[in-house]
Amino acid sequence: MGDFAVEMRDVVKEFPGASRGTDAVLAVDHVTLQIRDGEFFSLLGPSGCGKTTSLRMIAGFEMPSSGEVLIHNRSMGRTPPFQRPINTVFQSYALFPHMTVGQNVGFGLEMKKVPRDEINTRVGEALELVRLPGMRDRTPKQLSGGQQQRIALARALINRPEVLLLDEPLGALDLKLRKEMQLELKQLQEQVGITFIYVTHDQEEALTMSDRIAVMERGKALQIGSPLEIYEEPNSRFVADFIGETNFVSGKVLAINGSHAEFEADGLKMVASVEPGVTKGAQATLAVRPEKVRLTREQPGDTPNAYPVEVVEIVYVGTDTRYRVRLAPTVSLSVRQQNTVPVGMPALQGPSGLRMWVSWQPDSARVLPS
Amino acid sequence: MASITSRIAEGFRRSRNARLFGLVSPGALWLLVFFTVPLLFMLLISFVEKGRAGGVKVPLQATAESYLQFFNACSSEFSGPDCNPLLYINIFANSARIALIVTALCLALGYPLAYFISRQSVRSRNILLLLVMVPFWTNFLVRTYALKQVLAESGLFNTFLLDLRLVNQPLELLFNETGVLLGLVYGYLPFAVLPLYASIEKFDFSLMEAAADLGANNRRAFWRIMLPMTLPGVVAALVLVFVPVVGAFVTPDIMSGGKVEMIGTLIARQFGSSRNWPFGSAMSFIMMLLVLVGVVYYLRSGSKEERAL
Repeated sequence: MGDFAVEMRDVVKEFPGASRGTDAVLAVDHVTLQIRDGEFFSLLGPSGCGKTTSLRMIAGFEMPSSGEVLIHNRSMGRTPPFQRPINTVFQSYALFPHMTVGQNVGFGLEMKKVPRDEINTRVGEALELVRLPGMRDRTPKQLSGGQQQRIALARALINRPEVLLLDEPLGALDLKLRKEMQLELKQLQEQVGITFIYVTHDQEEALTMSDRIAVMERGKALQIGSPLEIYEEPNSRFVADFIGETNFVSGKVLAINGSHAEFEADGLKMVASVEPGVTKGAQATLAVRPEKVRLTREQPGDTPNAYPVEVVEIVYVGTDTRYRVRLAPTVSLSVRQQNTVPVGMPALQGPSGLRMWVSWQPDSARVLPS
Repeated sequence: MASITSRIAEGFRRSRNARLFGLVSPGALWLLVFFTVPLLFMLLISFVEKGRAGGVKVPLQATAESYLQFFNACSSEFSGPDCNPLLYINIFANSARIALIVTALCLALGYPLAYFISRQSVRSRNILLLLVMVPFWTNFLVRTYALKQVLAESGLFNTFLLDLRLVNQPLELLFNETGVLLGLVYGYLPFAVLPLYASIEKFDFSLMEAAADLGANNRRAFWRIMLPMTLPGVVAALVLVFVPVVGAFVTPDIMSGGKVEMIGTLIARQFGSSRNWPFGSAMSFIMMLLVLVGVVYYLRSGSKEERAL
C-alpha cells in the first residue's frame, strides 16, 4: 500500500442494455491499477476497450458499478466532478463558445471564488505556459484547432489539479501538429510535475509520451508497464499484436527451463523467453518482432534459432527493407532490416527464389499463451 | 451586337421579376385585402367621432378624443364625479402584469419539460413532442371550456383534492384572476415548449461536463452555461407567449366570467355592448404600438449576445 496519485481497485462498470432484450454491457471488467505521483500514465487500447469509461470514472462523470476509485488515498465514492481535485481536457475541448478565451481559462478560478486580480494574473501565466499570450480577448470560434487545444489545456492546468485527465486530446489535429503537441505535452508535464492520465488508441503516441502504459481490451487491463516492458515483453497475444508489429508462430511447448522455453512449430525447434503461466506441453504462440530477426547469407553460429529460408517478397520502404520469408510450409515471417548503407536489390532468382538464413536471439522472442 | 444581348438580358430580368411577382402576389394580395386594408380602416375609425348607437357618426367628424380618453378616462361626457383618470391605463398595466406572470410560468414549466424531452431517446422524443403539439389539433375554445369544467367547484380537480382530504373546501379557481392565469398558461404552454426545445436540443451537453469539471455545481452550470446558450429559445418563447397573452380576451372572458378586466376584453367590448368603435380602435393601436416598442427594445438588448453566439 503506497501513496499513489490515483488508484482503481477492482472497478467494474456495467451499462444496461440499449433497448429491451439486449444484454448489459460490461465496459470495465474488474480493473485494478495504481498511478504514481508525477507520472505520465496512458490508458491505451482500441475503441470500446473501456479506457474512456475508466477515465470518466476517475473524473466523476460516471460512477463505478462496484469497486473503488481513490485519489491520493481518498476514496471518491459518489463524489461529483466539481468536488474532485481533478481537471479534464476533453476530446472536443468543450470550450465555452459564449465566453472569451480569458473567461474560459479563468472559469475554474471563478468557481473557487478567487479574487478578480488574482484571476487576471493567473490567466496571463496560464496563457504564457501554453504559448498563447495575446489570445485573452478572442472567442473560441476565432481560434485554430491547435490553439483551442492549448486553451483547453490552460483552462485545466490553471486550477493546479492533483491529477490532469486527458481524453484523446490530439485526435482532431493533423499529423504534423499532433507530433509537435505530443512533445509539448510531455515537456509541459515534466515542467509542471502534475500526474497526467492520458487516454489514446494510438500506440505510437502512448509509447512516445508515457512513463507507464495500461493496455486495455474489452474492459480488462491486460498489461501495465513501461513502454519498454510492454514492447519487449508483451504478456499476451493481444498486447504483442496491438503494439508495433509482431510475427506469430503457432506451435507447442516442449520443455520449460527457468525463464526460457523449448518450442516446436512445423518441425522447427526454437528457444525463446517465456511468459509465466505457460506450461509444458501446451499449445502456444511464439512472438518475435520483425526488427529482431536477422537476415544473413550464411548460417550464423551465435544462436540456436537459425533457419534456412526462402525469400518470398522484398519491399523497399526507404528507411528499411522488409522481407517476407518462408521457414516451413506453415511458418512465414516478416523481417525488417534498416538500410544502414545504400541498398542494391538482390534479385529474386528462378522458381525457388533467394535462399538465405534468418536468426534471432532467444531473448528476442517470447512464448505467449495461445 | 450589344443591343441584342442587352435586350435579351432585359427580357430575362423582366421575366424573372414577373415570375417573382407571380409567386408573391396571391399571398401579398391576401395580406393586402384581409390585413392592411382593415387595419387602415380601423386607423381611420380611431380618428373620428363615434355614432350615437354604435359605429361612427356620419358625416365623419375628425377628432382625437378616443386617444385622449385612453390616457384620461374622465375626459368623456359620461364620466361621473369620482372617476379615476388612470382607469384604462391601469387596465393595460394589469394586462401586462398578468401577461408577465403567464410568461414567467410558461418559461418555468416549459424549460424543464423541454429539457426532459431533449434527454430522451430519439423515439421517445418524437412521441413526447407529438403530445405537446396535440393541443394545436383541437379547438382552442373547446379546450378552454373543458378546463373550466375541470376546475369548477364541483369539478374533477376539486373533487380529487377533497376526496384525498388535501383541502377542506373546494378551491376557488374560476371567476377570478387565478382562473385567468390557469387558463392562459394551459393555452400557451405549447408555444413556449417548442422554441425552448429547439434551442435546448442544439445545446452541447459536454459543456455541462466541462463546467462540472471546473468546479461548477449543477445550479451554477445551468445559470452560467446552459441558460446563456439557450437564450435564443428563451427569447422566442417569451415573445410568442407575451404578445398574444397581453391582448387575450377569449380566455380571460371565459375563465373569469367577465369579472377580470384585461385590455383585450375591454377592446372587444367596445365593438359590442359598449358601442364605441373609435375608442376600441384607438386602444388597439395604442396597445399595438406599446407592445411593438417593448418587444423591439427587448430583442435589441438581447441580440448582442445572440450575435456573439
